[in-house]
Amino acid sequence: MITLAAGLRLPTNGLDYAILALYFLVVLGIGFAARRSVRTSLDFFLSGRSLPAWVTGLAFVAANLGATEILGMAATGAQYGVAVVHWYWIGAIPAMVFLGLVMMPFYYRSKVRSVPEFLLQRFDRSAHLLSSVLFAFAAVLIAGVNLYALSIVVEALLGWPQWVAIVVAGLFVLAYITIGGLSSAIYNEVLQFFVILAALIPLALLGLKRVGGWDGLTHALTTAHGGNFLTAWGGTGIGQANPLGANWLTIILGLGFVLSFGYWTTNFAEVQRALSAKNLSAARRTPLIAAFPKMFIVFLVMIPGLVAAVLVPKIGAPDGLQYNDAIPYLMQELLPNGVLGLAVTGLLAAFMAGMAANVSSFNTVFTYDIWAKYVKTGRPDAYYLRFGRLITAIGVLASIGTAFIASSFSNIMGYLQTLFSFFNVPMFVVFIIGMFWKRASMKSGVWGLLAGTTAAMVNYFWIYKQGVISIPTDQGANFVSAIVGFVAGALVMVVVTLFTEPKPQAELAGLVYGTTAPGLEEPPAEGDDAWYRKPALLGWGALVLAALCYLPYSL
Amino acid sequence: MSELHDEVSELERQSATAARLFDIRRIIGGLFTLYGVIVTVAGLTASDADLRKAQGVNINLWTGLGMLALGVFFLAWLALRPAAAEPDGRPDGQDDGRGGTAG
Repeated sequence: MITLAAGLRLPTNGLDYAILALYFLVVLGIGFAARRSVRTSLDFFLSGRSLPAWVTGLAFVAANLGATEILGMAATGAQYGVAVVHWYWIGAIPAMVFLGLVMMPFYYRSKVRSVPEFLLQRFDRSAHLLSSVLFAFAAVLIAGVNLYALSIVVEALLGWPQWVAIVVAGLFVLAYITIGGLSSAIYNEVLQFFVILAALIPLALLGLKRVGGWDGLTHALTTAHGGNFLTAWGGTGIGQANPLGANWLTIILGLGFVLSFGYWTTNFAEVQRALSAKNLSAARRTPLIAAFPKMFIVFLVMIPGLVAAVLVPKIGAPDGLQYNDAIPYLMQELLPNGVLGLAVTGLLAAFMAGMAANVSSFNTVFTYDIWAKYVKTGRPDAYYLRFGRLITAIGVLASIGTAFIASSFSNIMGYLQTLFSFFNVPMFVVFIIGMFWKRASMKSGVWGLLAGTTAAMVNYFWIYKQGVISIPTDQGANFVSAIVGFVAGALVMVVVTLFTEPKPQAELAGLVYGTTAPGLEEPPAEGDDAWYRKPALLGWGALVLAALCYLPYSL
Repeated sequence: MSELHDEVSELERQSATAARLFDIRRIIGGLFTLYGVIVTVAGLTASDADLRKAQGVNINLWTGLGMLALGVFFLAWLALRPAAAEPDGRPDGQDDGRGGTAG
């Protein structure tokens, strides 16, 4: 978990606080201004499926660009060096492209309003209920992690007591989502995206200048940590030792394939942004547009991490500066008032947006998938809209309560990915088999989910934590657990399918690869046939560009 | 399948977002123009200590100008390619869901 070192208090002044206050005002203003656009539950939960692609695309990046991601990835950079690029170039881009090019047509055309609702259509109620409950639980937990992390950072940097930060940030999120719904959350995410860039770009540039440019950085780190610290793949041969504790196979399969496909293609907090796009073309372009900024954001978090590793050679030692302190430390060292206020605003905005993304997906799943399907069915739409607002408030309060769970992990990303490897891995295997294998039976969904989650947990908590098999680091163990969960889920689905009923052909139309549902084709919107809006071009372009990014760090 | 399809299609017909949601370009443009001015002024009045801290770079000035440029870009985009469905003064409903903005 985040524990920032003492003595990181920032020299903020009135100018910085004015910038921060202005942002909070605009956040609330967006909520109130979006209120008049909410007439149905679909407006509240999915922005009426009517937003343009560039808005949903930037929100898709920003929903992931929470402060836990920013501080955590800078920490990973300070600790493991350039290997952090794996989380972006192989750990995000291929999955985002796959979502846009392959999976989105099934998601969007079927008009499902959530990821679990797709499972209800494709499999049965047991798979649906299980995934809904797991997701709702995880979303509140992660929202709580964000809130807790925010309070620690705010306490260290600004000196506010933790409870003040939790209450203030929690109430702001509560207000703008309850009032404006998903539109308000998405608009704030787009705004946050630009503010965090305005904060990180100056920080990365000044950091580089401080250590004598890229050459100075390379020289200092090679001297201190050896040449592999500045390469992506150095030392990742099977059997070789590297600080990441993973080899090329577990990086590609565990991180690149299972973990990241699970996260980017079935985590509803992300997919929801694409489902709120105005048509199929815009929905497919959502993750593809997001892939391009995502690819380059790694430099903005990696460089401060590396610079901190140069400036504080003992970073990570028990009683000194911690890896998570990298960005706050550079803010304190390098940023004068003004830009400093922007950076604080960017961090707070990122924390709130990360929490809001989870709350705004939690309320949708809880209302549509749990309440409206199993508790109070068949009520008029206005009832579910009212209930959605109520459960949003309850979700925020619950995440305040769960904020204290996360305290035994040294690195936030490790914590989050441990959770994702348990909940998201089996989701991905069930989706991929369900979408590509018509025969996969109705019952195979729920058993695949159970088997995958259990196998990943057993591998992590028993085989790894109890030392049955030696894996060097938590990260490495995460990657292996993900692969184990994937394989177990797939095997169990195949076996269960052999002994149980398939889903009737007619009900699979439009849900499985190679089937089409009559009447679902919509004519392309005006202008969507422009070359720069072609999903195939955007998707393959992103893949090629990500591969090119690897070159300077692999040769 | 078709039951869900009908339900969501009906909700899409009643949806008010396309017709009544304001354009985010206005907010980004406005806030970044304002931020840009504030931070640029902080750069123009930067003290020697500020400059020393930022490695001799007038970082407030450059960041401010950058933000100002982004803000003006969004306002210009909004002016040149306004959204198809104007958020103001539209009676409830009766929008055929065309509500597309540029981009």
